[in-house]
Amino acid sequence: MTSPLKTLSAALAGGSVEVIDLTHTLDPDFPVIVLPPEFGQCARFRMEEVSAYDGRGPAWKWHNISMNEHTGTHFDAPIHWISGKDVAHGAVDEIDVSVFVGPVVVIDCSAGAAENDDFELTPEIITTWEREHGPIPADSWVLMRTDWSKRKGADYLNMADDGPHSPGPTPAAIALLLERGIRGFGTETVGTDAGQGMHYSPPYPAHFLLHGAGKYGLQCLTNLDLLPATGAVLVAPPLKIKGGTGSPLRVLAMVDRSNA
Amino acid sequence: MSEKLPPPAKKNPQLRQRVPTLPPVARSRAALGLTAAAARGRFMLQHCAECGAVQYPPRDACASCLCVALEWRDTGRKARIIAETRIHVSPDPYFRERLPWRTGLARLEAGPTVLCHLHGDVGRGDAVMMDLKLDKAGQGVMIALPETRSADMEDDPLLRALTADPKHRRILVTDLRSAIAKPLIEALLAAGASHVFAGEPEAWRRGSERDAIAALDQVSVMPLDVTDQASVSRLAGEIGGKTDIVINTARHVRPGGVLGSDTVFAREEFEINALGLMRLAQGFGPAMCSRTADGTNSAAAFVNILSVHALSADPGYGAFSASQAAAYSISQTLRSEFRSSGLRVMNVFTGPTDDEWHQPLPPPKVTAGALAKAIVAGLKSGVEDVFCGDVAKDLEERWRRDPKVLERELTGGGA
Repeated sequence: MTSPLKTLSAALAGGSVEVIDLTHTLDPDFPVIVLPPEFGQCARFRMEEVSAYDGRGPAWKWHNISMNEHTGTHFDAPIHWISGKDVAHGAVDEIDVSVFVGPVVVIDCSAGAAENDDFELTPEIITTWEREHGPIPADSWVLMRTDWSKRKGADYLNMADDGPHSPGPTPAAIALLLERGIRGFGTETVGTDAGQGMHYSPPYPAHFLLHGAGKYGLQCLTNLDLLPATGAVLVAPPLKIKGGTGSPLRVLAMVDRSNA
Repeated sequence: MSEKLPPPAKKNPQLRQRVPTLPPVARSRAALGLTAAAARGRFMLQHCAECGAVQYPPRDACASCLCVALEWRDTGRKARIIAETRIHVSPDPYFRERLPWRTGLARLEAGPTVLCHLHGDVGRGDAVMMDLKLDKAGQGVMIALPETRSADMEDDPLLRALTADPKHRRILVTDLRSAIAKPLIEALLAAGASHVFAGEPEAWRRGSERDAIAALDQVSVMPLDVTDQASVSRLAGEIGGKTDIVINTARHVRPGGVLGSDTVFAREEFEINALGLMRLAQGFGPAMCSRTADGTNSAAAFVNILSVHALSADPGYGAFSASQAAAYSISQTLRSEFRSSGLRVMNVFTGPTDDEWHQPLPPPKVTAGALAKAIVAGLKSGVEDVFCGDVAKDLEERWRRDPKVLERELTGGGA
């Protein structure tokens, strides 16, 4: 029997498995979540030249970089939220690495999000999706596609006087996903929750319910429109930060193109 | 009457840009009292504590009674020009480029007769108002100004070289998200600035007066984030060669002392208030230094807005005060580094500003409009230190009297 890894290597080399980058570039100008100013804020990505083949280091160039654990395309660990603070192995350095590679399904909400900035992922949308694609497989990543990653500038956070407006899941939708036994939930927006997610009960249901149940989050994803609804494999290993609540990361998807 | 200064013509790119030269720098330690007074916009001379004789030039002992207790005091400015001369030849490179140069002798009502530069409207026999100004070498010099002002007296070439007048100059206001940005830009335009570049950090955030600022005539909104070296370099690469005045309005304030405060906020305060200033100076300083003799719209000044608690900490704003002390210290090093070019560093010290971060404090507080006015007035008068508002003025006075007493008062106990 051929080793499955040999098969995978051959498929990668031959192009029948394509690798897609779901990551935004870490850029000082990429938006981060903005909290009320009296709260501590998420640090923006910053890069400082240490040397550039000059007097500070004649033959080499390198930078010091700084950011928050939740800057750019990033991973949320259970201890990020108060509901997950006591979850076993809830920090990024403690999570079993097998979690970081696995199946992913994509629920396309892009049509709804194009019409309504506050578009909600509901249980009805999930069950409709399941009628077409079959039940959400246990222990898989579920990504909510909204095409929000195509937005530029101030339209990305989409802040108004009553806070940000961006799509996200309802508490009931998250509860249903947890019933399905998912591994984690990911979005194209700045957080796993809707911009107005503070008004749900519980507030920020994706954060509260997912992390309370020991599940993971991914946000600021891009290129979800290049993924099939089912059948892709996600590769999403956060940095091994001691006690880290999350981490910027490179998120990749392997997609089967053998029928393409 | 001074002639109205016309807007500068576009530069002839075939002519070499004039290299800055400086008037004579050397002064005795005693004479630096004139510089210190000029830097703060005061007219001060030494007064003998014993016999009261007013001294000029500055010295170490009274010219009348040899007493060594000479105190710098505010002195009456009224004088009359008793002699005038016009210098046509000078071996000094600075003056040689500006000949003929008029100087005169002014008899002060306070006593002494002083050697001084003459404003174009002033001649022999005229009653004048004396002033002390910083010259391009950053040293205090005497100038005789007309007793009554005329419409365009600031356009006098001599006075223009002693100030950083916004008129016909292109000015970068670094952060348009600051509450002071819009009133400041309007005040600069009203003072004749030919163009204002308004730096906008984080264009991906809404909730600034960006659109209202962008709609003003002669204003361009440019991306600029003082916490990002690349952003500063990018903008300096674009407009650094035509920026005549930088006014740093980027500021981060959070209340709280040191024990109970968050180093995350403190780091942000240092990043923006202190290191941001350093990045701006690194980005814009060198090109500005090369352009301090570049005609009517020469580079003239680098302006910082500082809390007066840079001088002595306000424990209610502990980390913020520390960031202000750091920024103040950086500004002093910049003065040294800009010195050979004549580029001026003006620090505008303010008391609590009338904004959300000082909301529970009682008045008096400094409004954005008052701060804007003080900045423009400071540039027009050419001072190095401006103290804006009653709180800043009072604290400076107490700090000059005895920094330790002030520290004890600010840290609790005693009035």
